[in-house]
Amino acid sequence: MEPITQIRSRTVVLANDDIDTDQIIPARFLTTTTKEGLGKHLFAEWRYEKDGRERTEFALNKPESRGAAVLVGGHNFGCGSSREHAPWALLDFGIRAVVSTAIADIFRSNSLKNGLLPIIVDAASHRWLVENPGAPVAIDLATSTLEMNGKRVTFPIDRFSRYCLMNGIDQLGFLLEQDAAIRSYEQAHA
Amino acid sequence: MQSLFEKIWASHVVAPETDDTPAVLYVDLHLLHEVTTPQAFDLLRERGLSVRRPDKCLATLDHSTPTVPVKTLKDLDIVSEPSAAKQVRQMEKNCKDFGIELRGFESRERGIVHVMGPELGATQPGATIVCGDSHTSTHGAFGALAFGIGTTEVGHVLATQCLLQRKPKTLAINIEGRLPADVTAKDLILKIIGTIGVGGGTGHVIEYRGSAIRALSMEQRMTVCNMSIEAGARAGMIAPDDTTYEYMAGRPLAPQGKAWDAAVARWRALPTDGGAKFDREVTIDVSRLRPMVTFGTNPGMVIPIDERVPEGDDPAFRKALAYMKVEAGKPLLGQPVDVVFIGSCTNGRLSDIREAARILRGRHVAKHVRLLVVPGSEDVKRQAEAEGLDEVVRAAGGEWREPGCSMCIGMNGDTVPSGKLSVSTSNRNFEGRQGSGARTVLASPLTAAAAAVSGTIVDPRELVS
Repeated sequence: MEPITQIRSRTVVLANDDIDTDQIIPARFLTTTTKEGLGKHLFAEWRYEKDGRERTEFALNKPESRGAAVLVGGHNFGCGSSREHAPWALLDFGIRAVVSTAIADIFRSNSLKNGLLPIIVDAASHRWLVENPGAPVAIDLATSTLEMNGKRVTFPIDRFSRYCLMNGIDQLGFLLEQDAAIRSYEQAHA
Repeated sequence: MQSLFEKIWASHVVAPETDDTPAVLYVDLHLLHEVTTPQAFDLLRERGLSVRRPDKCLATLDHSTPTVPVKTLKDLDIVSEPSAAKQVRQMEKNCKDFGIELRGFESRERGIVHVMGPELGATQPGATIVCGDSHTSTHGAFGALAFGIGTTEVGHVLATQCLLQRKPKTLAINIEGRLPADVTAKDLILKIIGTIGVGGGTGHVIEYRGSAIRALSMEQRMTVCNMSIEAGARAGMIAPDDTTYEYMAGRPLAPQGKAWDAAVARWRALPTDGGAKFDREVTIDVSRLRPMVTFGTNPGMVIPIDERVPEGDDPAFRKALAYMKVEAGKPLLGQPVDVVFIGSCTNGRLSDIREAARILRGRHVAKHVRLLVVPGSEDVKRQAEAEGLDEVVRAAGGEWREPGCSMCIGMNGDTVPSGKLSVSTSNRNFEGRQGSGARTVLASPLTAAAAAVSGTIVDPRELVS
């Protein structure tokens, strides 16, 4: 995993509430056995016509959205299935942060383990972002802030996840270091 | 004074959480299936790690597995997409390489992971249970703390038998009153989701309590807990009681003899103490509940079957109605139906098939309707066949299939064609969930079977005798 410190990008907006992980990546693409190459299936139902051509009116397909690394989504983004293919697909497409007023628990947990930043902002900031698609934003992980519209808003992130993300280390190493504690738990509960 | 959740949490902390680090939580049972595990096994290979406790793994094939007869892996190439067949083969290899017993095609115990765990007695009160599947909340029906995890976390549990977790909040949902006749657990959970919303449980573990919950059978409790995730909850649970112990007694992986008595004595201390506090509390009276059906594209968009589709201005709401081809102010009753699916980890158990059979017996599926009945496991299939329920389904013109997730997820060959309307006993009516362009109405097995024979959405209470 690449360390994350700052992300500067324009935004792309999908304002609907309750965007579920079946929309982020439909189940028929989950027969893969790797993490790679899922970006082409991101939002497949919304992004493509039946014949495979891109739908020009879909936000991610608009020329001004190309290269945007920050996705502003509606409330309760990433609800539904636990599929980690959802953050894998977003990252493979080039999205590095998702901003919403609420992000579903499992999607949020999966994102943090893959270097996709889940960012919760207040309703007023979110409304401004939704009304200004393509706005430039700057995310600074060290201070847990999102800079937008000339102001800085703080977002919540637990210290452990932030440490792992800023140093590009995964969480398994920490768990493996708990071996002695795990062993004594197992002995006590055998 | 502790809640059921707090007791289980406290007894599984290997290392407590601090400001800097999450808690290390021990996992008693790890359920595995072919779709969310391949990348986790690859992680172990990359790091040169082994599976710490293969004895705490329960593995099966269900999601991308076909529901036409497959006796051996060789048959797969004939009936499955190459990528699905490859995934199933990879699961066989991964289990073999890492010393995990797989309940595969040759096993009499294979089934949907959340049907199989309870029927084997692997699902036990007071346990922590995880799986790379959001419907793991099903197992909470036994007073277990059971929740879905991602594939990276599957790797963590395989390697260490532990997970890193922040303690969630608690939400008590009190269900009071008595369910009217022919109004089911499915209607109950749809009502709950409609009340608190699809994000209403986010960050929380739900405990379902109250007289209506106590009166439910284990299979009904599993239906309720199964859909906790559809309200956004981390997990859903119900305190164990005599109903729980009666269901579990004698099951192959449940404790036996003296160990059983000791376990029950332990489990009796699990229910929430009087006076324990929850972060939130919601009370719903169900004594006048009616059969519930969804009209939109998430499980919170739900109405009593005889009501009209509500009005709404929100763009997502209007988009959902347009996708479903339903109109605000009009009823769902009378809507023509193309496909009926009875099965899934929500409603694929014996009692669900019995319920459907109450309607199907002596009737025939309407012309142009395809009815699929998919038992949740090999065991459910055997029991249903012993009762002649397969014959009831076939005589009604329905298809009686092999166990698996089938049309709930549409990644195994079973899909609803684009634009067609499906009445489904599964758990998600998301756009395209049952196939690209498919329109899904979630309902109970009774309502689904009634739709199959009527060819339209109909109140099942008009058809049951």
